[in-house]
Amino acid sequence: MSSDDRGSPFAPHTADETAAMLDAVGVADEEALFDVPDAVRFDGEFGIEPRSERAVREEVGEMLARNDEVTEFLGRGHYAHYVPSLVGHLSDRSEFLTSYTQYQPEVAQGFLQALFEYQSMLVELTGLPVANCSMYDAATALGEAATLASRVRQTTGTRVLVPEHLLHGRREVLENYVAGSDLTVESYPMADGNADLDALGAQMDDEVVMLYAENPTVRGCIEESLADLGTLADEHETLFTLGSDPVALSVLEEPASVGADVVVGDCSLGLPSAYGMGLGLFACREEFLRQVPGRLVGASEDDTGRRAYTLTLQTREQHIRRERATSNICTNQAWVALRAAMHVASLGPDGLRELANDCVRYARDLAADLDAVDGLHAPVHDRHYLREFPVRTDQPAGAVAADLRDEGFAVHTLDDHLLQVCVTDANADATDDLVAAFQEVAR
Amino acid sequence: MIFDQARWTDDDGERYEPLLSEKRSREVERDDDDPLPDDLTRDSLELPDASEPELARHYTRLSEMNYGVESGPFPLGSCTMKYNPKFTEDIAADPAGHVHPDRPDESVQGVLELQYRLQDYLGRIGGMDAVTLQPPAGAAGEFAGILVAKAYHESRDDERSEVVIPDSAHGTNFASAAMAGYDVVNLPSGDDGRVDLDALEAALTEETAALMLTNPNTLGLFERDIERVAELVHDVGGLLYYDGANLNALLGRVRPGDMGFDVMHYNVHKTFATPHGGGGPGAGPVGVVEELREFLPDPHVRTVDDGDAEGGTRYETYTPAQSVGKVHGYQGNWLVLEKAYAYIARLGDTGLADASAKAVLNANYLAEQVAYETPFGPFHHEFVASAGEQDAADAAKRMLDYGVHPPTTKWPEIVGEALMTEPTEVESQRTLDQLADAFNAVHAEDDETLEAAPERTAARRIDQVTAAREPRLSWQALDREE
Repeated sequence: MSSDDRGSPFAPHTADETAAMLDAVGVADEEALFDVPDAVRFDGEFGIEPRSERAVREEVGEMLARNDEVTEFLGRGHYAHYVPSLVGHLSDRSEFLTSYTQYQPEVAQGFLQALFEYQSMLVELTGLPVANCSMYDAATALGEAATLASRVRQTTGTRVLVPEHLLHGRREVLENYVAGSDLTVESYPMADGNADLDALGAQMDDEVVMLYAENPTVRGCIEESLADLGTLADEHETLFTLGSDPVALSVLEEPASVGADVVVGDCSLGLPSAYGMGLGLFACREEFLRQVPGRLVGASEDDTGRRAYTLTLQTREQHIRRERATSNICTNQAWVALRAAMHVASLGPDGLRELANDCVRYARDLAADLDAVDGLHAPVHDRHYLREFPVRTDQPAGAVAADLRDEGFAVHTLDDHLLQVCVTDANADATDDLVAAFQEVAR
Repeated sequence: MIFDQARWTDDDGERYEPLLSEKRSREVERDDDDPLPDDLTRDSLELPDASEPELARHYTRLSEMNYGVESGPFPLGSCTMKYNPKFTEDIAADPAGHVHPDRPDESVQGVLELQYRLQDYLGRIGGMDAVTLQPPAGAAGEFAGILVAKAYHESRDDERSEVVIPDSAHGTNFASAAMAGYDVVNLPSGDDGRVDLDALEAALTEETAALMLTNPNTLGLFERDIERVAELVHDVGGLLYYDGANLNALLGRVRPGDMGFDVMHYNVHKTFATPHGGGGPGAGPVGVVEELREFLPDPHVRTVDDGDAEGGTRYETYTPAQSVGKVHGYQGNWLVLEKAYAYIARLGDTGLADASAKAVLNANYLAEQVAYETPFGPFHHEFVASAGEQDAADAAKRMLDYGVHPPTTKWPEIVGEALMTEPTEVESQRTLDQLADAFNAVHAEDDETLEAAPERTAARRIDQVTAAREPRLSWQALDREE
């Protein structure tokens, strides 16, 4: 396996250079460089045939073509919004894309400033003064919020309360994140798509270290009792963590104003739907600054007195604190955060609020149209909602969803007679077609 | 090499490229036409309000004030900063792969097929029997792998409390083990920079759930006694965990599975050349031996055995019988996984093996050329030099002036004033010679010069102490001060 064989196309060595370098190192061949006992040496083959660039593109293209072409009316925590072209073109500049964590800030001012701007946008959207510059996704950010709660708790409690409608993935990740602590996760009931305040009140005591709520909820409902939830948490000195996303945050109640201590969530901006790949948000109150998980970019000055940016408070992090770190996160979603910041900047305050308000109108209009279809009832609650809502079907929901799939539409199935439909700017132009398809299959 | 990084300042030259909020910002108030009632909505929102041309210039300027692999050599030890081919970006941009994570299996056969094939490729490369793609980064992979180990022990009614980790290991190892609820037992390195077998024997007990090890280790040294290490760990009933951060040194030469490792993670963004994106996203798939397969995260991808299937093999997701559950809300960083698959397919057996051969050759060649002392050896993909009397951090700042991204500094602590250097296979002999020239020029310079560096970068030396002492983490915090 020398360079006269078909080697790595990205290793630039000519045969002569390889020979000269081996000579300089003082070995006869490349194999002699591997200081490996014979007993563990691998002398087999992987059986992976190298292909040309063109062949790989064709191969992957053919594989992906096996995905059905369907119009998605899917949401439940993962939302598609149109991403302006500027985002792709500017974020793909190689100085951003091919860089790494900003350990040398003097040559990484560009990325650091963009992340500082991202943090600042999150501060504006949440009203909380501290935001980190990314977690993997909403689920892991929620897990980190719980471990933060266990570090900052005043009481001896171990209970974490989450809504019964919490997404399966978020619940499982949360359970795993608290596996190393003595925290336990319990559900509180939901009523009509919102937190059941009475039932929750009965569950609360001073053993609760974190209360988690979402706005909007996974059913798309806007949580109407946020301030009450905040008060309830405050009475029991419980960390109040709120799940949301930037589009919702641009119009809904500001988390800080309802007493939220931490905000987590999936970003929903900056990326196409990528099978769940996302960007975890994390913002919190100032007093938790030294307990925050993840990377923080701070402003400072350089030798010329000009403002400059750097990663800061790294003594919290795993490479310094090791097993006592606030989190194990190292590689995060920095480039996705850059894209999210670009997307928010592209929209501006008017554009972002207009997007959110449009989603409310799209969803209302679609719900009204579906409610007019025989065999459908939408929405099934009296709440306000953003982007999505449940639809009751007279026919079995699974069969309706399957028939819709044959017609080229994807919707969620919640239970025997309940579907959920999500509409944003990405699919708003297909709502008439969806209604027509429902008319075919729902009777 | 001649280097001067772009330096954009405002009109007065008093500050670098202004923040977006300083260009134009706008506060938007609630409007009577808004569709939601007052009591559920916020009063106002203030955000930057720049035009598209202004934004294009802003981000172009910021990019010019940033250094990536395509700007120049980036020998940051343990980070494997190698060139990322361009065609993988086109693959990840294909809208056919842009699907919602709640799509049913039958409607995303293409996604599942690629995931299945990548699971298979990674299994072959690592000598592992099963691979999950879910963890969204290397540390998330460590966490998932340790959860799998924990579930395995618990399934045998054999709860254990400790994970043993060498002092030279990546910091994430310690943090991941602690997150899973384990006490960490520190294993001091031997005089040759490798695992000290006596110290290992002393550290291992009936409480040992696992030993977390990277091989070659962070000094670039291969743990030659790996068979004995595996035997000792297995003798006490522990599992051997492979930290895949340094896998680029071994492709096609040694497989973790063949060395006796039971569970491992792959940093696909490192070894399989997907861009690191300024700190992420990455992906940290986890491979396991057969005995651990049923503990893998939920879901896992498998083929469906139905003899009369039309249109080729069918794929489905399923929950392994004793799954640890999930470590990511969905199925990890899909676009990164697509790029990793494409890279592996492009190189194949011969390309992957050659990548390691050249990565190891480059590290040894560069180690040979630099004037700094390079203790231990022989090296694999990286070497740790000592800045000696110089301060490693200052030396690194000076290297910036020579147009190279410096090595990882002051770590691992086994070597005083460490300069941990990993050139990777993508640098040519000529570039390595230039790198060596830069190292050697800095080696010859006095402390005064080093302390004044850098001069040619977008910003001059940044005050880290004040940044930490008086944290200002948003433009709102800056506004408050003014």
